[in-house]
Amino acid sequence: MSCASTCRVPPAEGDEKPEDPSFPSSSTNPCKLCTPLGACLAFKGIAGAVPLLHGSQGCSTYIRRYLISHFREPVDIASTNFSEDSAIFGGRKNLHTALDNVGRQYRPALVGIATTCLSETMGENMPMLIGEYRAETRDLPPAADRPALVHVSTPSFKGTHADGFHAAIRALVETLAEAGLQADGGKPLSGAASQPIAVMPNMVSPADLRHLRDLCSEWGTGVTLVPDYSETLDGPSWADFERMPVGGTTVAELRALGGATAAIELGHVLARAEHTAGTHLKNKFHVPTHRIGLPIGVRACDEFSAAMEAVTGREMPRRIALDRGRLVDSYVDAHKYLAGKKAVVYGEEDLVAGLAVFLAETGITPVLCASGGRTKRLADAIFAAAPELRGRAEVREGSDFGDIEARVAELKPDLLIGSSKGYRLARSLNIPLVRCGFPVHDRLGAQRIRLLGFSGTQELFDRIVNAVLEAKQEDSEIGYSYL
Amino acid sequence: MKTTLGSNGSSEFSVQPSALQSSGIEILPSRAASISEAGKPGEDVRCGKTSIAGSVSQRACVFCGSRVVLYPIADALHIVHGPIGCAAYTWDIRGSQSSGPQLFRNAFSTDLQELDIIYGGEKKLERALLELIAGHSPKAAFVYGTCIVGLIGDDVSAICKSVAAATGIPVLPVASEGFKGTKKDGYKAACEAVYNLIGTGDTAGISPVSINLLGDFNIAGETWVIRDYFARMGVEVVATITGDGRVDAIRRCHGAKLNLVQCSGSMTHLAKKMQAAHGIPFKRVSFFGIEDMSAALYDVAKHFESDELMEKARAVVRDEVGKIYPQLRAWRDDLKGKKAAIYVGGAFKAFSLVRALRTLGMRTALVGTQTGDAEDYNTLREMCDPGTIVVDDSNPIELAKFCLEQDVDLFIGGVKERPIAYKLGIGFCDHNHERKECLAGFVGMLNFAREVHASVCSPVWNFVPRRAGKNAVRLKASKPGSEEAVA
Repeated sequence: MSCASTCRVPPAEGDEKPEDPSFPSSSTNPCKLCTPLGACLAFKGIAGAVPLLHGSQGCSTYIRRYLISHFREPVDIASTNFSEDSAIFGGRKNLHTALDNVGRQYRPALVGIATTCLSETMGENMPMLIGEYRAETRDLPPAADRPALVHVSTPSFKGTHADGFHAAIRALVETLAEAGLQADGGKPLSGAASQPIAVMPNMVSPADLRHLRDLCSEWGTGVTLVPDYSETLDGPSWADFERMPVGGTTVAELRALGGATAAIELGHVLARAEHTAGTHLKNKFHVPTHRIGLPIGVRACDEFSAAMEAVTGREMPRRIALDRGRLVDSYVDAHKYLAGKKAVVYGEEDLVAGLAVFLAETGITPVLCASGGRTKRLADAIFAAAPELRGRAEVREGSDFGDIEARVAELKPDLLIGSSKGYRLARSLNIPLVRCGFPVHDRLGAQRIRLLGFSGTQELFDRIVNAVLEAKQEDSEIGYSYL
Repeated sequence: MKTTLGSNGSSEFSVQPSALQSSGIEILPSRAASISEAGKPGEDVRCGKTSIAGSVSQRACVFCGSRVVLYPIADALHIVHGPIGCAAYTWDIRGSQSSGPQLFRNAFSTDLQELDIIYGGEKKLERALLELIAGHSPKAAFVYGTCIVGLIGDDVSAICKSVAAATGIPVLPVASEGFKGTKKDGYKAACEAVYNLIGTGDTAGISPVSINLLGDFNIAGETWVIRDYFARMGVEVVATITGDGRVDAIRRCHGAKLNLVQCSGSMTHLAKKMQAAHGIPFKRVSFFGIEDMSAALYDVAKHFESDELMEKARAVVRDEVGKIYPQLRAWRDDLKGKKAAIYVGGAFKAFSLVRALRTLGMRTALVGTQTGDAEDYNTLREMCDPGTIVVDDSNPIELAKFCLEQDVDLFIGGVKERPIAYKLGIGFCDHNHERKECLAGFVGMLNFAREVHASVCSPVWNFVPRRAGKNAVRLKASKPGSEEAVA
């Protein structure tokens, strides 16, 4: 099977254009998607929300198709449907018509308005256009039915889908969070103890979101997940037509976030970002905020547990302690199978960092940690959480599969860990691919792939060990049935 | 448009009048003129327009139209000039196969960044082309424009010319800026781009009985199936545009004596251009279903006015139908009387599917397309049974409404329509360009019937709430994650 070979030359010297040498002139088989996709995914985790992309029809349709191929669920995303006229005269009319029509068709609780490369390049003044719409519709009855409008700027020439995701979370919190409200929409009660904690879970699977909710329940606290697409993007078969999927974090819960007991924001790389939903809650509302890595592996889960202990004042519940013990026990059971193994991990920066830190605990060396993202924080995040990887793991930002392929010839990995996008490479190298992250569109159950917590790590760890064992068994001429 | 956001007054909405059973699902008033019913007199279906903002159209954009048409040209470099999304979403998504080079299955993009937007992307494009052409030695390169290319003022044509001069291969700009029209305009831009290759190759040695196949994209090897039928008739296929496409074959395809246009929406423009410039006549055909596939073979025999060809065509049809007929009859017994919904890109495919479903004893209760014209919809209204909904540029809410009201057993569409069907407990057949099943030709009819039968007659529908009836677990809109959500 032929795949891309990479050929990269540095920018020509004396080029008059300001040039960042870390940006090559082209991408071969990208290891990222565009920013509006991330925003749409985040908005899908809000109850009664419809994402609306301000741009060409294709953006929403391509993103819908892409999300559907991963989640296998309906994903309705509206478009303001630019034509040549709107590209010349501005998209005001299109935006207002789209908001009218989305309102009529879906009666949404929230419309998440994200821009695209087209509207950003045109310089559309979104706050003004949205403000005008609010003013025009102010006197129309009934006010209670009018959706919250949340705008996020997501130019696809800046950042990746992960950046779009985090920007949308931040926009939701910045736009909606207030102090002194109750999460159930009722009047404020005295004492903060009844308020849930806020968890910004990062771009994780619906099953991981459900597990985070369960973990909080084990620790005895309510939680507002921002976002929560655990039901909206992994729902049951319908009894009746659902105009919008059931589930998601409600607008009332988002509004109440200013009074959250505490906030936990997950992601080693996100924790190093200057402005996030978490920093907003901390700075504006003085919510005690813990910014830690994705809880994958013993160390990161311990850090998560420490945060929960600080937030709830309780000790680790026995069930979770047992999960921890089993995970460590399985590390021991498997350690000789994994000794000296080399893995390539790729995907969103926080996924890559989380996986790398975990793998280092097991004896697998993540020899290449690659992401299409370019936050310039990935390497620091990995080496701070797993210092033992310094000098042993190569970290590549702004990478793509052409780039990864060029490196594997030398690195000779034993397995790949990441999305379905690595399949062709795994096939050409004849090594296992352990699928996780986004997108997984060549297997069933992407929504239910678990990574988080001791028990989620356990599922991932078992899959990794068994992939290594299976490869060994398949490659063996003898075919031992006991391993 | 008058702003009516938040209004609950049902008078704001039109409800389909003669539906079998009302679902109570309301649709946008501005969409009403794009919906009609077979057997009912009425005005032409409103179509051929850009989608209504906020309607959640199933369509994509101009870029999509160009990309799907040119994608299968296997030995060309396809590079998307723009930010990463457009290339990422179209990386290796089609079921198009190549008998040789696999270069087309990569996603190349200039991955434009903020500085490129400010200072222009021309130099980056030029460097990208030079590097990638040096690295992959393609026979030609297609450069797809995306939304912002026009806005930032890049002269893509000039870059293409200079790179072509430097590398010695054709480097062809595709004017596929997403907002400049509909998917149909993207087809046209693709035809314009590929037309630049035609007439540049040597036509020596081409048979007087020769054709090109236009608008077959070799999904799951379909082009090879069709090629085999024509080989058995003694008809030379000069070029397949674009399924299993090769630049050199396209360069000399003006030597063929007839163009067969299968996906007429996308390729009629190219056929007309070739007729004007090279005097090659064209025929619109379809390779889907027994009737249409047979007609395509007979049409070619008729065109060349050869009894021998006609006899060979009949032999092919006889052999092939004989092979599939017993199995088709067995499945037909199970499928008889079942109802289907069709929502596809082009109208010609819809015509074929209505006929193919009839072959299986099934009735089409809903048929819609993304790109049909008024004449196409009138044809559909005539060929379908009275009561069949005929719709242009539909959306998920409308499609769900019609599926419920017509109580269909099968939905034929693409990945975007699949969850609508599945959530409602309806069988599904993927007939989009992403499918991995060969559905063209006689063997394709058998595969189509197998897929329809497998889905419609699956035991899983016994368990989905909408089909399983009263004992179903019903969901209420309640606080997410709470235990009461399932009551």
